Amino acid sequence: MRGRLKTLLAIPALLGGIGSLTGVAEEAAQAVAAAPAAAAATLNSGDTAWLLASAALVMLMTPGLAFFYGGLVRRKNVLSVLMQCFMVLCLVSIQWVLVGYSLSFGPDIKGIVGDLSWFGLNGVGLEPHAVYATTAPHQAFMAFQMMFAVITPALIIGAFAERVRFVPFCVFTLLWTTIVYDPMAHWVWGDKGFLGTFGGMGALDFAGGTVVHINAGMAALAAALVLGKRVGFPEKMSPPHSLPFAVLGAGLLWFGWFGFNAGSACAANGLATSAFVVTHIATAAAGLAWAFMDWVFNGRATVLGIITGAVAGLVAITPASGFVNVLGALAIGLGAGAICYISVTFVKTKLGYDDTLDAFGVHGVGGIFGALATGLFATKAVNAGGADGLFYGNPAQFWIQIKAVIIAMVYSFVVSYLLFKLVDLVMGLRAGNDEERIGLDLTEHREAGYTMLD
Amino acid sequence: MKYIIAIIQPDRLDGVLEKLEEKEIHLVTVTSVLGRGRQKGVATVYRSHKEAGSLLKKMKLEIAVNDAFVESTVDAIIECGRTGQIGDGKIFVLDLEECIRIRTGERGGVAIG
Repeated sequence: MRGRLKTLLAIPALLGGIGSLTGVAEEAAQAVAAAPAAAAATLNSGDTAWLLASAALVMLMTPGLAFFYGGLVRRKNVLSVLMQCFMVLCLVSIQWVLVGYSLSFGPDIKGIVGDLSWFGLNGVGLEPHAVYATTAPHQAFMAFQMMFAVITPALIIGAFAERVRFVPFCVFTLLWTTIVYDPMAHWVWGDKGFLGTFGGMGALDFAGGTVVHINAGMAALAAALVLGKRVGFPEKMSPPHSLPFAVLGAGLLWFGWFGFNAGSACAANGLATSAFVVTHIATAAAGLAWAFMDWVFNGRATVLGIITGAVAGLVAITPASGFVNVLGALAIGLGAGAICYISVTFVKTKLGYDDTLDAFGVHGVGGIFGALATGLFATKAVNAGGADGLFYGNPAQFWIQIKAVIIAMVYSFVVSYLLFKLVDLVMGLRAGNDEERIGLDLTEHREAGYTMLD
Repeated sequence: MKYIIAIIQPDRLDGVLEKLEEKEIHLVTVTSVLGRGRQKGVATVYRSHKEAGSLLKKMKLEIAVNDAFVESTVDAIIECGRTGQIGDGKIFVLDLEECIRIRTGERGGVAIG
């Protein structure tokens, strides 16, 4: 109730900015400025602009991911993947304003989860919050975080692409976002969450290495194990149907990731700039590393290789982006390219699971590496609010990162596995053999991605 | 009248078409096709997953000719289509029962070319 009152008071304060248009609004703004809207006075227009722009950048990553994934599947399944990504964008956005944001960032319950007092954005207004993004409207922070909640379940699509039924997928996505993503976001980023730096054990995760990538990566592994292999895997798999789409998608991901990482500074400041620069450098290094590995092991640098490497670099630098300098970023990028290459090329082949588009091999493995590397390369010289890592004389931080990674891996894998099993048991998650052979575009959506005739 | 079907290497198409034009053989239909023969495909690699490539891209030419033009058509295709490697393709010559020009309704040899 009190929050709602403050919201109402903040609206005229904001309108004051365009006060020359309406003298009435200006007067109203001045009237409240003196009284209880002290928080509104700390609004910073630059920070607000960057946070909103970043939210839009991160939003674009989900359609970008759709094209990245869509290009890598076979012609008969391209629409199913685009559709799944777009559906996540619609579905999770609604879930987020109803309960998701409250569960993730709402008033803390024992460090585990937020309560439901912010249901329907009740009390989430246009004045800044005391802890989150303290110089921008609370709703700007909410919108920024919404895009993270959207892309995370979308990442899992890569693991079960080409063989999942659409409606059970939607049910799973809703359950997973509510039961797995929202609590983990609270652990790491929520006020008093038990893993993070807001009164928790102090695990560093600037932009979502744990919450987004380890989380989605482990769920992806669970998906691959529950659903099993596609018909004909691995001998009879056709190559990606449109690598140009995949390159377009990877480019959009890289572009959007500047919002993801630099936006996570929640301010238009030096830290955002540093995050921007290290994000770019790690990505470039990882793309190079993968291309080099391709050249060594296959005799040719490949397009799919360099874009996969770039994404691995983006993933790995995510948790570290607010804590490491450029040389740290270079090391993380090179390491991510090489390690994800090994995981996708040798480990997956050896273990034989069918993670269709390597959601675990890139996001899971890259996320784990990035979270651990943050404990090595973090330095207070970059971010006084962070911590020093092992290479800067603080081995304790490395242990904290290891613990956080293990907790995230176990929780995400176990709960995701159970959720997949549950949905499979109740609804049947996997498409039938005939449907899979014909392709999900036709069987699930009655559409075709490409026509033969003009 | 004969109906000639030729399967050739895709990179040889332009040369073959030019040579056919030189020999005044204008009627030709071209389709991009997949096929296989004794030639083993070029393996492609996707995230280190090797695709053996059992079907290869070829061009299929379909040419209807009067009997007097059969040899020059075959010569043109061989002359410009041959690389000497396995995979250069095949030429099939079939008897053609009838040919009808849709615009005029003409039939037989005059309808060709």
